[in-house]
Amino acid sequence: MAKRSITETSPIEVYRLLPRTNCAECGEPNCMAFATRLVNRELALEACPPLARAEYTEAAEALEALLAPPVRAVRIGEGECAVTVGGKYVVQRHEFTYHNPTACAIAVDDAAPPDALRQRVRTAADFSYNYIGRDLRVDAVAVRSTTGDRDRFRAAVETVMGECALPLLLCSPDPAVLRAGLEAAGSRRPLLHAADRTNWREMAALALEFGCPLAVSAPDDLAGLRSLVRTLRAWGVEDLVLDPGTFPGPGLARTLRNFARCRNAAIRADDDLLGYPLLGAPIAAFAGEELDPVRCAFDEAVTASALLSRYADILVLQGIEGWSLLPTLFWRFNLYTDPRKPVAVEAGLREFGSPDRNAPVLITANYALTYFTVESDIKAANLSCYLVVEDTGGLSVESAVAGRYFSAAGIAEAVAASGVAERVDHRVLVIPGLAARLSGEAAEATGWRVLVGPKDSSGLGPYLKERWPPGPA
Amino acid sequence: MNGRDLIGALGPELLVLLRSAGRIELEGFSLELDELELRIPLGAFAPANGGLPSVAGPERPNELLPAEFVPERPTYPGRVREVALGATRREGGSRGRSLTIGGAEAPAFSLFDRPVVNMPVISMDVFDTRVPMPKALRAPFEEVRDDPAEWARLNVGRFGAKAVTVHLLSTDPLIRNASPREAAATVEAVLQAVDVPLIIGGCGDPRKDAAVFSEVAAMAAGERLLLNSVTLDMATAKTLETVAKAAAEHGHNLLAFTGLELNDAKELNRRIYEYLPPERIVMDLTTVALGYGLEYSFSIHERARYAALMGDTELQHPTISGSTNAWAAREAWMPMPPTYGGPELRGPLWEAETALSLLLAGVDIFMMSHPAAIGALRRMIDALCAWPLEEVPEGHANDWVTARLGGEA
Repeated sequence: MAKRSITETSPIEVYRLLPRTNCAECGEPNCMAFATRLVNRELALEACPPLARAEYTEAAEALEALLAPPVRAVRIGEGECAVTVGGKYVVQRHEFTYHNPTACAIAVDDAAPPDALRQRVRTAADFSYNYIGRDLRVDAVAVRSTTGDRDRFRAAVETVMGECALPLLLCSPDPAVLRAGLEAAGSRRPLLHAADRTNWREMAALALEFGCPLAVSAPDDLAGLRSLVRTLRAWGVEDLVLDPGTFPGPGLARTLRNFARCRNAAIRADDDLLGYPLLGAPIAAFAGEELDPVRCAFDEAVTASALLSRYADILVLQGIEGWSLLPTLFWRFNLYTDPRKPVAVEAGLREFGSPDRNAPVLITANYALTYFTVESDIKAANLSCYLVVEDTGGLSVESAVAGRYFSAAGIAEAVAASGVAERVDHRVLVIPGLAARLSGEAAEATGWRVLVGPKDSSGLGPYLKERWPPGPA
Repeated sequence: MNGRDLIGALGPELLVLLRSAGRIELEGFSLELDELELRIPLGAFAPANGGLPSVAGPERPNELLPAEFVPERPTYPGRVREVALGATRREGGSRGRSLTIGGAEAPAFSLFDRPVVNMPVISMDVFDTRVPMPKALRAPFEEVRDDPAEWARLNVGRFGAKAVTVHLLSTDPLIRNASPREAAATVEAVLQAVDVPLIIGGCGDPRKDAAVFSEVAAMAAGERLLLNSVTLDMATAKTLETVAKAAAEHGHNLLAFTGLELNDAKELNRRIYEYLPPERIVMDLTTVALGYGLEYSFSIHERARYAALMGDTELQHPTISGSTNAWAAREAWMPMPPTYGGPELRGPLWEAETALSLLLAGVDIFMMSHPAAIGALRRMIDALCAWPLEEVPEGHANDWVTARLGGEA
């Protein structure tokens, strides 16, 4: 009997298994509200303290089974820096939402001189880009053994651990090499890469001895992958990650097919043996015939993008330059936002600097990125002004204008609701350049004089310098 | 109440009953077995004296346990319509060859269980007037920016464009307010300069576009242009009928543009059906740049395609992406610290990835600009459309684990 999908689980069903005491210890007003949030995966079972009591053991187990994702969640690393991958409920993002953003691991290797290795780890670990108020960063370091030498590998792992606290992937087909790495990092629960059809016994023993998650590699061979998983599970290795192989260039079709087959089998056909996180290796773009590092990094980024869209839960990356990393980290962030909720900021009036009664009044959309961009430009230009944030349903100005969420009527409503009219003596509103088309209607609807601002808010500084205060109409 | 609800309703009580009585009978109630799913924790029924065999430690097999994988090949009741772009002489136009887009019978590039019906197409942009454009984007076209016909020739001749989009931005009342006649003359010049199918872009003003499209449609009768675009705003402004009738009369296709809202897309298509056969409609569901809401575009395209395949006839149209929009993202063009490289690298990557995400969501035709981005997407399309699939070269898998790589730090 196929396990029912997350979207078919009803809150009522969950509610029946809860204590139904409406104790509100979870922070929700009652058990039914908590059940709804559980089904939406906005809260976890642990949020209900009474469930931990002995009398509810059975109910708790039943709930766990009912709410378990068909793709298991696997934790890599220990403590604050640990990263959890997998835990997926759906194939397509819009069916529900994706949980546990794809972990991006930067590869380093044991052939690099210690100083170069340290430098590379630092660069990767320090990489950070502020995007809608959040820092985009990499999540892990994958240490590869290219020398095949145990001492070199152990030393490389030690060097990496000395530089950063990020979770580790230890990569070598040789169990003896991985053991050397585990002698250094065994307590940090690294992901071991990888068990294959030749080394699986030793790899299983290592995973069990050190309590580490284990990647399973069977390039372009899903039957082989299932066979390995089945066997490893019989050995008692539970925390697995699947590597069906990443083949760049013309091999990408096969790569994507294997990823889609795994994910569809796990979620739509209840194939328990493929219900594990998937590891993609865009780094393979560097292992082909192309030698130009820029071209390799470009291809790697494109491969990473495709694998993010096609269900990868972990990516191993070689390129650490911002230009190739940035689109990967952006797309990872974007795909894992909840499609049920636009990334929006609260609508209303914002005040910048020390605006007086002649200060400019601007208006923008409440899409988070739009807002933070405008905000940072206003601050950078050191402007004193009012900014009306219109509720555009979390859409950017351009999309909102096209979709008619940013309209003359909406502008009028937002200006009135903001109360900005009581703060200034003038009646002049600067609308975004991308909404230029609305200027006439907006003037009519608001009764304000409407000026068309720059298309990009980075132009606000020079624009206001030139145009504010506005001359007579 | 079905069986599942009933068991749910009885829930814990049922467990208690089962435990005390061993069996229960429900009177006057029948149950379809496939509706019923009991999730009873292991051990719930285990008698205190240990009636179940004790669980031994895991038995560790010494050989790999056998397993198979039988791929599923789901079929779908619906199919995306095919739309022909451009017309050869034999077909009543003057193009060297025409193109067919659409026809999908399964989600794009997912299970790869059948050959692609029509390969996705890339159309290269031409702008009829100088509009502000990032330097990295306009650099490859610097010499032709004042001559749309030359620009089109460069796109086809040097960059191998299979289609060309002429954006008649000069007609915008807020830009130059060029007349419909001038616009038609530009299109005519491009038709003479290249023999690939054309997409004709307006300025976005519902009244002005209607006048321009009508003029262009009549001038280029029979060419099977794709008029980009008609909108619900045109319906409101009562100009949709004019354009749709002109397209119908002169044998062109319409691009139905809506803003990330499938109900709007369906409504607009219904309006167009009054004038034009559905086989002549392409949908633009809106492309937003990576980092600026691409995920909305991605999910709306996935939803639209899935609905189409499940039988929603009002969404069974090929889709288009204006992927040049990627350059609206500042990260594509603005100066940044050295690690971020220059816009000549970042910009094309941004455009390529914006397009690629939508390729995987099922988009059938792309409007793009930068040759490097186009090259990357084209390689991707070629790789993904090969049938049968390319084999993985022996011994090449997982080389990355142990290989010394190019570009090592």
